[in-house]
Amino acid sequence: MSVVDVESTEFELGGLRFGSRLILGTGGAANLHVLEQAIRASGTELVTLALRRVDTVPGGSGGLLDLLDRCGVRLLPNTAGCYTAGEAVKVAQLARDAFDTDWVKLEVIGDERTLLPDGVELLRAAEELVAEGFTVLPYTSDDPILARRLADVGCAAVMPAGSPIGSGLGVSNPHHIRLIRQSVDVPVILDAGIGTASDAALAMELGCDAVLLASAVTRAADPVVMATAMRHAIAAGRLASVAGRIPRRFHALPSTPEEGRPDL
Amino acid sequence: MLAPVAEAYFGERELTGLLTESAGRWPGFAAELTEATGADIGYRTEGTLMVGLTADDLAEARRLWAYQQGLGLPVTPLRPSQLREREPALAPRVRGGALAATDHQVDPRRLVPALRVAAERAGAVLVPEPVRQLSEVTAGATVVAAGCGAAALTGLPVRPVKGQVLRLRAPGGGPPGFRHVIRGYADGEHVYLVPRDSGEVVVGATVEERSDVDVSAGAVLRLLRAAVDLLPELAEYDLVETVAGLRPGTPDNAPILGPLPDRPGVLAATGHHRHGIVLTPVTADLIAGLITGEGTTEPLLAPFRPDRFHTHSAGAEQSREDDAWN
Repeated sequence: MSVVDVESTEFELGGLRFGSRLILGTGGAANLHVLEQAIRASGTELVTLALRRVDTVPGGSGGLLDLLDRCGVRLLPNTAGCYTAGEAVKVAQLARDAFDTDWVKLEVIGDERTLLPDGVELLRAAEELVAEGFTVLPYTSDDPILARRLADVGCAAVMPAGSPIGSGLGVSNPHHIRLIRQSVDVPVILDAGIGTASDAALAMELGCDAVLLASAVTRAADPVVMATAMRHAIAAGRLASVAGRIPRRFHALPSTPEEGRPDL
Repeated sequence: MLAPVAEAYFGERELTGLLTESAGRWPGFAAELTEATGADIGYRTEGTLMVGLTADDLAEARRLWAYQQGLGLPVTPLRPSQLREREPALAPRVRGGALAATDHQVDPRRLVPALRVAAERAGAVLVPEPVRQLSEVTAGATVVAAGCGAAALTGLPVRPVKGQVLRLRAPGGGPPGFRHVIRGYADGEHVYLVPRDSGEVVVGATVEERSDVDVSAGAVLRLLRAAVDLLPELAEYDLVETVAGLRPGTPDNAPILGPLPDRPGVLAATGHHRHGIVLTPVTADLIAGLITGEGTTEPLLAPFRPDRFHTHSAGAEQSREDDAWN
């Protein structure tokens, strides 16, 4: 019998290895002390934050950047709040200078109400940033064709939305997530829509390589406990995906067959 | 706003306790201040209406009201018709709300000058000079109440948290068309609206991890859109002021009150974040008690002492060490 040690199952992204398949966002945190405990409890090694939400110079006075530095996590700047390719490229360039990283979580939003990605602008920005040498991680929709186009222009991963940002609706189209997994060679990271632990586990069972979530933890009544739940859920979902589930059947199948029963 | 109930949030029970204690001291504090100065500080007791515009907004609000009620705080849910009986100017689309009757308001721009007058009448001498280092001050007791400046003076983890605020004015010189403080969610945007007798309406506020004081077009747009969504008549008001300020935030959102561990004779009264006005009476009482020696064992102080951050960072180092061994 083989034992898969999920903690040792490292995850490669953009040429780096990560020990955790959970990427955490900081948006929505009401309290930095709680956020710090949640980051530690989650086990994450990669945290995304909006360039527009922070001062880019660490203040040394207990702000968000000091906190992330203290936690020893890698920073993943994102382009949240951008509506055009040009804007997103500019923000990514600013983030590269400010945080000394050429990694970017690329977000180009099409609509304030749904916060869903604008695929046309996203693809343009991705192509431009890849050409400039960025490691581009695009937040995309659950459209398998668009995901493949993003991988084709050289993105280091694709990050389909499970459902709209902050909605907590989970993975609304599991079939498309599975199609995306089969149509690209780069890592697939489920991004957005996670509401609770079972959503994250499902994403991993569908074959995703990692999960990015923010509000599910930061806006939970107890973010630290929810961060712990997510760590376990992602590990469990990954294990189940590796283990191989049984097929679904319409009718029951006894786990103890009739044959070979003792004749009493 | 004096809003210990509406501001009560998950995971901040000790802070909520202090806010509630201080709000309870406000009626006496306001009366004493008015008696000492004759000033009207705009203390009003109509209470606060908490509302939700859409079904999503109401679900978000109800989750918080349930938490607040669970703490035993006075939150009274109201049907839409009851809401409109209290405030007919509310948008008909507002789905529902709740009353926090004990969440009152005072006008900070009247309060601060009144406090200054009261202090001077009581014998205080104001020396309007900046202090850049604590060693410049020679005194029996020094209280650092320097807001965001406390970080540079003391090394305490106080960071600037930017907030943008607008002020509107009712047309025709009359009072605003609503009486309660209104706090609400409007399409996911959180906003508060504070009516003053003068006709002014305060619309606030953003919460940003930044240290500049620029006013951004996007923030003004979002605040106004949420304000007008909840109270359509505000669109007819004059926009008289846009301003950004810096709140002194701490890692746990709670104030820092008490003696600095490594500096004899120096007390901190800072890090009040969003709660400086409501916490004014209790801060004054607790710090005065520490200086006179009559309140050094006051149990209210325990969760807010400056040395709590040392404990936290030691804990963090400990857990990093644990990680290394695991």
